[in-house]
Amino acid sequence: MRVHLDAGICQGHNRCYALAPAVFDVDEYGQAVQRIDDELPSELEARARLAAANCPEYAITLTD
Amino acid sequence: MTDVSERPERVPPIIKDTPEGADVWERVPWDAEMYGPVQDWATDIDHGRPEYNENAHQIWHDLRESGCPVAHSERYGGMWAPITHETVHEIAYDTENFTSRSVVVSHLRPGDLQLPAPIGGAPPITSDPPFHQVARRLLLPPFAPKQIEPWEDEVRTLCRGLLDAMGDVTPGETIIDGAVQYAQHIPVNVIGRMLGFPQEDEERFRGFVHDTLERINEDPNERSDSFQHLEMYIDDQIEDHIANPRDDLTSYLLDVEIEGNKLERDHVRGTIILLLIAGIDTTWSAIGSSLWHLAQHPDDRHRLADDPEVMDFALEEFLRAYAPVTMARLVAKDNDFHGCPMKKDDWVLLPFPAANRDPKQFEDAEGFIIDRQVNRHSAFGLGIHRCLGSNLARLELRIAIEEFVARFRDFELAGDVKWSIGQIRGPRVLPLRIL
Ligand code: HEM
Ligand code: SF4
Repeated sequence: MRVHLDAGICQGHNRCYALAPAVFDVDEYGQAVQRIDDELPSELEARARLAAANCPEYAITLTD
Repeated sequence: MTDVSERPERVPPIIKDTPEGADVWERVPWDAEMYGPVQDWATDIDHGRPEYNENAHQIWHDLRESGCPVAHSERYGGMWAPITHETVHEIAYDTENFTSRSVVVSHLRPGDLQLPAPIGGAPPITSDPPFHQVARRLLLPPFAPKQIEPWEDEVRTLCRGLLDAMGDVTPGETIIDGAVQYAQHIPVNVIGRMLGFPQEDEERFRGFVHDTLERINEDPNERSDSFQHLEMYIDDQIEDHIANPRDDLTSYLLDVEIEGNKLERDHVRGTIILLLIAGIDTTWSAIGSSLWHLAQHPDDRHRLADDPEVMDFALEEFLRAYAPVTMARLVAKDNDFHGCPMKKDDWVLLPFPAANRDPKQFEDAEGFIIDRQVNRHSAFGLGIHRCLGSNLARLELRIAIEEFVARFRDFELAGDVKWSIGQIRGPRVLPLRIL
């Protein structure tokens, strides 16, 4: 599984950073940054799913 | 503090009863009789009536059931109130048809040119694109998660101090007020410190908040004095910071530059007013509503105390189910919105709290599920105006609840609760009996 964060849609609610800090970091402006561009290690998949499901702006998508 | 006569001269706003141009504040017809009890929420909605916040969940539920996605009212010169997630989302994203020039519904509507468009009176909340982005960017760094996290210890000490100040507690007898003795002090203290304002002015800040956000359907003539007091107070603080710069948000705003230029004084003042007003009764309401819920739900109370990990989800569920903040927009151009003929300068309420209880968006939307896993709530807004203080608000809310349930495992409602009036919803009087 891969994550894709659309920086143009993200408004910095920081839900992803709170729920999946291994997958998402946050910059000095409070905008989310993706830590992992490659295939996610399988142990992080559940947390990445949780982050995507809680982003109020629908900025995170997951692909197989 | 400077002498009043030394202050830069302020141009008083031009207020007229009939708009002759776009450069005036329009006073909508006002008569106490027009603002009496509401007969029908679909056609006469008024969030300035006490019965609105008292019954908000039921009102939204009934409107939704009756198939009305957008309520309407002739009050305030014409106002619309979308109550579904879809309609609230759409308006929050549509900055072309809906302007943020004024985000608090009242009897005065600023004309297009009265405020320094697109900056507005309190940037960035009153700003529209493209300026919004510029004003917002300045404020993002001081409110980013990594800047806010270090406040945790201070907030915890503050909460413990408030609990200690309640004195000796006799279980089953002692009644405390969760709003007056606890919730209302937390945000006001924190933002006062961040701005570098005197701690002893706490009560005064709450007065400003009350005047700005709660007295919305009172005689407009009686309200203008209070705005002047607020501005004068902020101007004094600014002068004091110019004379004695220090490491706080006020000095930061006086120092920061946009493309090599310091901010205009009006911009600094407007932003400080925003920071002072936006963070106080909002967070206080969120804390109060959470305690109100916990007083009536022992299971949730015990779960929080026994399984602290659940807080990550519980916090968001408190914010979803009891979201305190409704914003507003002005219609920028005539448009047909889901069949509603919206006219330029009509008000539009943006009730994020209603959107958060929409069954189309949330499973069991009217229930409280302490560990709800999927929770795309919009308590902090949607789109470009996402609450700048959301990281701070979450920190305060989380610690306030943690400390309260750690101190008092069991408590119940012990009398009449008094809810706020207007766009910010939360308990102002919350008697709790400690068990
Ligand atoms: C639980 C507490 C809070 C809630 C529910 C809340 C909610 C909101 C909402 C819904 C908006 C969107 C406004 C719009 O769309 O027009 C907003 C904006 C804002 N909030 Fe909060 N807020 C809270 C606490 C705070 C705190 C503690 C601060 C900071 C001191 C703060 C500062 C701001 C600012 C500066 C904006 C304007 C952002 C912009 O226009 O870009 N808020 N807030
Ligand atoms: S949850 Fe969504 S909006 Fe918030 S920071 Fe993450 S990606 Fe951005």
